[in-house]
Amino acid sequence: MPKLSAILTLTTSLILGIAGVWIAYNVDMLPVSASMNAPVYDELYRVLFIIGVILFIGMTALVIYSLIQFRRRPGETGDGIDLEGNISLEIFWTAVPAIVVLFVGLYSYDIYDRMGGMQPLMHDHSGQMDNQAERVWGGIGSGPIESSSKKNSSSLPIELTAMQFAFIFHYPKGDIISGELHVPVGKEISLKMESKDVIHAFWVPQFRLKQDVIPGQPTILNFTPTKTGNFPIVCAELCGPYHGGMRSNVIVDEQEDFETWLTENSKESI
Amino acid sequence: MTISLKPNNSPSEKLQPTGWLKYLSFSLDHKVIGLQYLICGFLFYLVGGSLAGAIRVELISPLSDFMPREVYNQVLTLHGTIMIFLWIVPVVNGAFGNYLIPFYVGARDMAFPRLNAVAFWLIPPSGLMLITSYFINGAAQSGWTAYPPLSITTPAAGQIIWILSVLLLGGSSIFGGINFIATILKLRRPGLKLMQLPMYCWAMLGTSILVVLSTPVLAGTLILLSFDIVAHTGFFNPSLGGNVIVYQHLFWFYSHPAVYIMVLPAFGLVSEILPIHSRKPLFGYTTMVFSIMGIVVLGLVVWAHHMFTSGTPPWMRLFFTIATAFIAVPTGIKFFNWVATLWGGKISLNAAMLFSCGFIINFVLGGITGVALAQVPFDVHVHDTYFVVAHFHYIVYGGSVFVIFSSIYHWFPKFTGKMLNENLGRFHFIITFIGFNLCFAPQHWLGLNGMPRRVAEYDPQFQLINQISSVGALLMAISTLPFLWNIFQSILYGDDAGNNPWDALTPEWLTSSPPPVENWEGEAPLVLEPYGYGEKDSNNTQEEMK
Repeated sequence: MPKLSAILTLTTSLILGIAGVWIAYNVDMLPVSASMNAPVYDELYRVLFIIGVILFIGMTALVIYSLIQFRRRPGETGDGIDLEGNISLEIFWTAVPAIVVLFVGLYSYDIYDRMGGMQPLMHDHSGQMDNQAERVWGGIGSGPIESSSKKNSSSLPIELTAMQFAFIFHYPKGDIISGELHVPVGKEISLKMESKDVIHAFWVPQFRLKQDVIPGQPTILNFTPTKTGNFPIVCAELCGPYHGGMRSNVIVDEQEDFETWLTENSKESI
Repeated sequence: MTISLKPNNSPSEKLQPTGWLKYLSFSLDHKVIGLQYLICGFLFYLVGGSLAGAIRVELISPLSDFMPREVYNQVLTLHGTIMIFLWIVPVVNGAFGNYLIPFYVGARDMAFPRLNAVAFWLIPPSGLMLITSYFINGAAQSGWTAYPPLSITTPAAGQIIWILSVLLLGGSSIFGGINFIATILKLRRPGLKLMQLPMYCWAMLGTSILVVLSTPVLAGTLILLSFDIVAHTGFFNPSLGGNVIVYQHLFWFYSHPAVYIMVLPAFGLVSEILPIHSRKPLFGYTTMVFSIMGIVVLGLVVWAHHMFTSGTPPWMRLFFTIATAFIAVPTGIKFFNWVATLWGGKISLNAAMLFSCGFIINFVLGGITGVALAQVPFDVHVHDTYFVVAHFHYIVYGGSVFVIFSSIYHWFPKFTGKMLNENLGRFHFIITFIGFNLCFAPQHWLGLNGMPRRVAEYDPQFQLINQISSVGALLMAISTLPFLWNIFQSILYGDDAGNNPWDALTPEWLTSSPPPVENWEGEAPLVLEPYGYGEKDSNNTQEEMK
């Protein structure tokens, strides 16, 4: 009997594991990925999803099975078995979550590092900030991701000012002010963000990036778009009555189209 | 210090009103105070639930067309504040703590009965003040987090009333916390060791430690915030040199542990309910105790995971990621132990049991998304979105509120001496469970796909999912009706419960239902094995567990 139950447990765990992987690879709940950051994020998401599905289905099945299998039948009296503990079993289910959590933590640290989260801040990204003594915190992706910085010798600096209830973008090159963010595909963008009033948050779901825009404390967000198209910019931090309407767009163009836009809108060209 | 177990026959006690009027009095009886907390909390739950309904009606369409945007923000602020500070915290702590803890430690009352009454009577005026602020000059509209500078720049009257109300409710919590610690540690019946206490005592001890350590920080923070609003100081106001991130650190130092203040007592209550209705001992008592204390310690060092997008330094993100994720370990132990408690039992599928098992399933999902949210890279995408709304509601509604209902079904016979109708109870569970999951499960998708939280208007692509969510909310609202009907019907016409309808061993069942003023007619019973169920069984089930 113990052998049979061990085989049953093993088979069930195997089926559960396969089901978890299958579900995670066949249920896609994320929007299009459009930045260099996004596929790295999606890797972590998938691992978390697999673990989550296995745990959730496993625990739910255990509870439902127990409720059905061990339910009190009509006319049945008396107690269940006198079982107060089992040291080896308790050590097992302390160790397993600890190992899983440690694995997830280390894996997500690796992802975080690959996204540039552990990189020192790049204070030279705009060429103007070196002399400023202001305190600048980086968002995730404040450093370059993988080899992007090698491909793009310098990032494109853009300044973002958030206010109730709009995002205003300023391009130092050409002194352009825009309500929409125009960026070239494949180029690293360095967004210096500051708020005029309350806390806002710059979020592009397709880039998997979000960073609060904080009054009195500039923040920097570096990212590299990988897909051309039009993606929403969403304010994610409650910022007042029209918070839900505080939306804009990021328009990712081919390099030439972006250059044309830049030239057409540049004050210097006018 | 010697503690007397003799009845308190003070003159003021004799003047206490009897009958239902005692629930409107400044009673010193812990059982009356417990039920005062429960009834008052439930009334506020109905208010908070109505506000949630208004939010879900607004979100049926992508446009802000049901109420003005300012009002929407007031409604969501009041909803969050009421549900946390006036419903879950007072009920899982104040109501069941007051009712049960003196029984569990073998005492006639709480350590400080007058402080206990003060703690309760701070709640109704604070709650009413909070609600009436809506009619005076508009309620606070900066969310239950009241982040500056938004809370400084929105109309001051509502925000100041909000601060005052939360301060008073925080004071109430602290009074309650001190009382629970003193009662559990100093009022135990002679001969009763700490490791023989029912698990809810440990949960309340852990919770009270969190309350006493973290709530004063919130109080201090809100006092500074009120200075910024009224006296134009610059603690958090960046235009006067203040730092908005410091507020977030201080706020979350309380408000993350607040989640454990809402769920640890719920863990304790479930640990009382499952063994009785499974007819089995609570599995792994010692590890359950250590896991509670583990959660208390870890709960105090994870607050900055709410601030991963606030521009915190990398090392801080890393530390708080690891610390937060590790809470899953003690929490996981508890869940496995509960399932092991069910295993091999003789389970009664009554409403109390169903709600407790519903809690386990809901909370597992909430816990899984919690571990995901602890990971900085994952959190950065879904922070401040409907994913967080879904996660949070799986924890506090799927967790705490399910346990509150389970506890009401379980202890109602003790409270009133009457049985609740089990069929209505099961019906209540089924529509609550379906409604809850229909409402909140789809919100995970909303968050992942780009819908931020706290918005009155949203991208039309999210309309269908929002409508499904609103149907779920409607079901949850409807589910309250069979519950209320059951309560009124059972109080008036319910079957007599007898003293111990569940054949339970914990001390509250070893006295009459409802219990006498001093809890026991004679000497308090000494219960050394509150979970001494189970028959010595030589069948294979025990072997399988090993």
